[in-house]
Amino acid sequence: MLQGWIQIVLTLLILVAITPFFGRYMARVFQEQRTILDPILNPVERFLYSLVGVRAKEDMTGWQYARAILYCNVVMGVLIFSIIMFQQFLPLNPTGIPAPTWDTALHTTISFITNTNQQHYSGETYLSYASQMWGLGYHMFTSAATGLAVGIAFIRGLTGRPLGNFYVDLIRAITRVLLPISIVGAIVLIAAGVPETLAGPAIVPTLEDPAISQAIARGPVAHFEIIKNLGENGGGFFAINSAHPFENPNGLTNLITLVSILSIPTSLIYTYGIFANNIKQAWLVYSIPFVILVGFIIITAIGEYNGNPAVNALLGVDQAPNLEGKEVRFGWAQSALFAVITTASMCGAVNSLHDSFMPNGGFSTLSNLFLQIVFGGQGTGTAYLFAYLILAVFITGLMVGRTPEFLGRKIEKREVVLASFLILLVHPIAILIPGAIALAFPDQLAGISNPGFHGLSQVIYEYASAAANNGSGFEGLGDSQPSPIAIAGGATTSATALWWNLSTCFSLLAGRYVPIAALLLLADSMARKQPVPATTGTLRTDTGLFTGVTIGVILILGALEFFPVLALGPIAEAFQIARGIG
Amino acid sequence: MTSMNDSPKPFRVPSGTRDSRRHTPKVEMKGLYQRAVKESFVKLDPRIQVRNPVMFVVWVGTLVTLLLTFDPNLFGTLQADVNQQRLLNGLITFILLFTIVFANFAESVAEGRGKAQADALRATRSDTIAKKILPTGSVQEISSTELRRGDLVKVVAGDMIPADGEIIAGIGSVDESAITGESAPVLKQPGTDIMSSVTGGTRLLSDELTVRITADPGQGFIDRMIALVEGAERTKTPNEIALTVLLAVLTLVFLIVVANIPPITGYVASFLSTATSEQAAADLRNGASVAIMISLLVALIPTTIGGLLSAIGIAGMDRVAQFNVIATSGRAVEACGDINTLVLDKTGTITLGNRLAAEFIPVNGHGMEDVAQVALDASVFDETPEGRSIVALAERSGAKVSFDPKLAEGVEFSARTRMSGTDLDSKEIRKGAVDAIRGFVRSRGGHVPPTLDEAYERVSKLGGTPLAVCQNNEIYGVIYLKDIVKPGLKERFDQLRRMGVRTIMLTGDNRITASVIAQEAGVDDFIAEATPEDKIEVIRSEQAQGKLVAMTGDGTNDAPALAQANVGLAMNSGTQAAKEAANMVDLDSDPTKLIDLVTIGKQLLITRGALTTFSVANDIAKYFAIIPTIFAAAGIGALNVMGLKSANSAIISALIYNALIILVLIPLALKGVQFRPLTADQLLRRNILIYGVGGVIAPFIAIKLIDVILPFS
Amino acid sequence: MSFAREASRAVRSTLVLWVLTAIIYPFVMIGIGQLVFPFQANGSIITNTQGQPVGSALIGQPFTSDRYFNSRPSTTSYSTADPKKDESKVLQTGVSGASNLAPSNPALIDRIKGKADPDPEKAIEGDIPRLQKADVKPTADLVYTSGSSLDPHITPEGARAQISRVAKARGLQPNQLEDLIKQNTDGRSLGIFGEPGVNALKLNLALDALKPT
Repeated sequence: MLQGWIQIVLTLLILVAITPFFGRYMARVFQEQRTILDPILNPVERFLYSLVGVRAKEDMTGWQYARAILYCNVVMGVLIFSIIMFQQFLPLNPTGIPAPTWDTALHTTISFITNTNQQHYSGETYLSYASQMWGLGYHMFTSAATGLAVGIAFIRGLTGRPLGNFYVDLIRAITRVLLPISIVGAIVLIAAGVPETLAGPAIVPTLEDPAISQAIARGPVAHFEIIKNLGENGGGFFAINSAHPFENPNGLTNLITLVSILSIPTSLIYTYGIFANNIKQAWLVYSIPFVILVGFIIITAIGEYNGNPAVNALLGVDQAPNLEGKEVRFGWAQSALFAVITTASMCGAVNSLHDSFMPNGGFSTLSNLFLQIVFGGQGTGTAYLFAYLILAVFITGLMVGRTPEFLGRKIEKREVVLASFLILLVHPIAILIPGAIALAFPDQLAGISNPGFHGLSQVIYEYASAAANNGSGFEGLGDSQPSPIAIAGGATTSATALWWNLSTCFSLLAGRYVPIAALLLLADSMARKQPVPATTGTLRTDTGLFTGVTIGVILILGALEFFPVLALGPIAEAFQIARGIG
Repeated sequence: MTSMNDSPKPFRVPSGTRDSRRHTPKVEMKGLYQRAVKESFVKLDPRIQVRNPVMFVVWVGTLVTLLLTFDPNLFGTLQADVNQQRLLNGLITFILLFTIVFANFAESVAEGRGKAQADALRATRSDTIAKKILPTGSVQEISSTELRRGDLVKVVAGDMIPADGEIIAGIGSVDESAITGESAPVLKQPGTDIMSSVTGGTRLLSDELTVRITADPGQGFIDRMIALVEGAERTKTPNEIALTVLLAVLTLVFLIVVANIPPITGYVASFLSTATSEQAAADLRNGASVAIMISLLVALIPTTIGGLLSAIGIAGMDRVAQFNVIATSGRAVEACGDINTLVLDKTGTITLGNRLAAEFIPVNGHGMEDVAQVALDASVFDETPEGRSIVALAERSGAKVSFDPKLAEGVEFSARTRMSGTDLDSKEIRKGAVDAIRGFVRSRGGHVPPTLDEAYERVSKLGGTPLAVCQNNEIYGVIYLKDIVKPGLKERFDQLRRMGVRTIMLTGDNRITASVIAQEAGVDDFIAEATPEDKIEVIRSEQAQGKLVAMTGDGTNDAPALAQANVGLAMNSGTQAAKEAANMVDLDSDPTKLIDLVTIGKQLLITRGALTTFSVANDIAKYFAIIPTIFAAAGIGALNVMGLKSANSAIISALIYNALIILVLIPLALKGVQFRPLTADQLLRRNILIYGVGGVIAPFIAIKLIDVILPFS
Repeated sequence: MSFAREASRAVRSTLVLWVLTAIIYPFVMIGIGQLVFPFQANGSIITNTQGQPVGSALIGQPFTSDRYFNSRPSTTSYSTADPKKDESKVLQTGVSGASNLAPSNPALIDRIKGKADPDPEKAIEGDIPRLQKADVKPTADLVYTSGSSLDPHITPEGARAQISRVAKARGLQPNQLEDLIKQNTDGRSLGIFGEPGVNALKLNLALDALKPT
């Protein structure tokens, strides 16, 4: 047991340790200061800018920034949708997979363009290498860079700077952050055993019975894998994602995966500290998600370590880890840690199956998705966190006898509308409304595989994952159409899959673009305000006291709205298991 | 020295302690509560309720539960005893109704005070007969409502002044107690810039005045004041609007949350019917019945702050009014809390309006007696307090008037000569600014002794004002006029500094004098040798740094600065121009009130924030009361940490708490959270502990208590 | 900014970044992988003494007989199929997958405990009865299905629990098998991260190479 906790603590320490370095690097990149890669990248970027047609110094307003994202994403979406739908006519299809159903392609497109990577398909059986490399792999860079750009623009606005230019930020995020790390990371992953090949599956006779053959799926995995994690995309090359030995072969790759998942959202808070010239506040803000993260890790890990009492009884032991849906090489500790980090960060890659977690895990992962700020998504998580800070300032700041201000900028109607809309309203609309509809028709729409309270969690998790742009799932849900190969073999399409593909598209889009627009407008409006100098009468937001207040506000405003579904989902399931099943 | 300091200002320094000075015109408070109770029910009108999104949701919910009281199965049949359902729904309806009524009551009480005050004012405004002076010079008696701006009227002793105006001729004492509550009459005369304006509804006690009317009927000061205290013109302040938006969003969020519970529990119930029992399924479905969902919704939405928000705002305005200050808008009151910088005139605000002679300093080899004598002679005709203090000091030093005043002629002070004095046949006796006297003596062929500069500097270094005295071409000495800093100001400036408010003193004095006074008074900064134009410059430069500035003023040349300042407090004794430019008018004409206004503004915001925090923090307990009990059939009864008796008891207890807490908090909303001059950090710590942590804990205790008392099983 | 100009930028940036991240980057990485790490880049395929590929060092295989150390239960039977009866075309692409059974799902307990049913189609043998029949003390990893269905490992305890059975079936000394298990155990990465696991395929390959004493 101790061994497991040591791994968890060490992983978190590594994350904290790299934060200042990476955070400072990103600040330098987006403040256009000198970095070591300048000699190579300056000419490259100049070339790219000229191809795209932007000038580096052309600042955008919040609305222009948002519109640029929208246009850009529409064009990218059309490109990826076309690649998927025409995959059988494109090269790099060694397994000869026809086009998936239109709704699968549409859902996949929207899911990847929104940095969610919710997968209602299995990589091996639905998509060609071309679709993965040219379609999905591409979006892993652009959607992550879009999120990062939004985060940076938000930080700029909050600290009173012009928001910057979306295309410049997009390009710099790729050339200076995502791509260099991906190149190094991919090489390390290949060395560790992650395949990177265009060859089709290897067919071998099995050792035990040579009459039976094993198909070893392969592909250009390593380059895809690293950006999947670094960009908090989470869409695995293979169906089973980071649990697949080819995506995540050992403890070291698991560590690389975890660190790359969480490094950008954690470091971006430090980047904020540099922009705001207040490192102390950065660390205090950092501590908010960190404390929540640690809490959820503990809750989850205890559940997995103690295991399923019903199975333990059958095994005749008091305690045995719950290894259902888990790999031996990761065990309870790395699996629990991964589950919490992947849902905290909106990555959505999994190295074990969340559906099979004890209710503790369901509670933690769901809560992460509801909160969205336990470091949160690429760029957007940090922005959400500060939007919460703004709300906390607004609610409690009055108590110091001044109209509330954050970083010297008054929080007025416009900011409250944007922040509360963004943080409080979008999420319940995108999760609870479709969730309630699906649950009202459990057989026709929901396709629940685990009955009872857990089924409720399955449905809510799917929408929460979509709305939070996470992408992980309680995967038992009947949300996938049959594979193109099966359909070619005569399988019929499923109504529940159609419902899931289309209804989650609503949550995906609502959870991505509405907040992005709101964040940018919020940043814009903050940037335009005349800052008020701080005095002893000003509410200071860089104190432990205010940090504690913010945690309270986050838990009350962000989590309480989901208390009823948590109560009837994982909490009720926990009591059910405690009482003994059946 | 500039004219700013030389002309004495007729400030009235109200007597008594600060608190005892909070007086409004006699207001009839009897029947206030009865009227408010009646109003609370009148306000159930949906057209009024719809203005408050939070309470409107409660209102609609009440209507639905009322329908459900008549037919509990209106929205689908529940597997439960209909009569019991009816009783429960009836109870819910009743409590919800009172939730709204209590909120209305809070608003009505707050408004009632303003209305009572307005009524008292309105009584003074009853039509009077005005003596209009026609262009021909004859006088015509007309109703005051027929007067128009620019008309001239004659007012004789005993008359009510028919409308706001400016005195053109005559001197008279005016009883302004109707608006200020101050019983001592005020002397009014034309041309003095400050004392020349009169207010309609006040009464002339002596003599006769000719007044030019400056306001059309219904536009006068009293009319505006009535509208304001009555709340007729009350528009929501920016912060109030922002808060309303947040509350509306929270309401909408919980509406979505609650609306989605029935289908979700429906799914769980169908599972329970096979996995556990039909009874459990029915219990769970009943737990998500429409009446209970409405109850849950009302418990979760921020009714506490939603119900008290407008009362807090009205009461804040009212508190300002009780301080005898009229604010033109709530926005101005709110801005008071945000003030970063106070720009204060030295004279009358920081120091008592009058400097007093403290010492005679002989120069040029003259003796003390000589100086006293000359100073006395020079001041015989000087009726200003300074002049009188010189006379008093001289007489204490043994000097006596050495001539027959009837044979002498007083020389009045003028801004040009900066001297005053007395002319006898053979003697010209003068006192005045050192420079001016120096020039005077030289022009008469005298010489200026070197010791004059020494004396001048000595006085300056002490923070005093030196006045030189001379007789013909001979300088006798220097009078040390001492500024008296108002008692208690230093402590108040300290408090302000702790609250993050900086004070800047403006004075016409030279740097040395100004710095001494500044230090003595404890202001943060000062501007010496300031002209009225400097005032607006200071304000602009502070505002350019993003600061909010408050200032006081009374003269016409203060008007631009009053308009420029975020909070401009005009003295009621000031000119019409100043009063119109300002967003607040102090009826007592006490410039130190600006400091009190900062406190009132902060108190208003703190009250709003405290009740919002309290309201939001309450949700935890309400959740833990209701959710585990109504979903007990799902096996989560262990979450019922309060051990409430049943779902029905929990719902009713939470709702009763929810309604009562509004009633309990009304006094706090009206009186405001007690303000302490602490730093923001200290204030936050304190208020979070009381209203945040307290808001989490209090309802747990209260709901449990109500549950114990209730006769539910 | 005109719509045309904005749209043009959107299209141009899409294409430019596509070439950079979807063409140049992956092909460079494939090139590096194939040149520098050809073994890993092609799936760590291991061959027998004849040079025939027998599997991947990283991917598990189904082992259920007494003669082999059994691997973990797998929902896809380790992506295997009979080439003659591969209706679901497993061998066309290779598959992975998990049970996704919730801890509260009675089906999980049924699978582990077994369930008698008059209809033999519906009867479930159960992981624990199966292990008990084979005289193996059940451990968690041997009754729970893995995440990927391709888990190459079993826990050292799971392996040791099978020693006596395998030793009996093959006529080997248990201590020989102990050594074999130790040799084929993948430790924690850097001695810290992850859990030690016995690679079942490698262990069983080594077992086949072992001569009975």
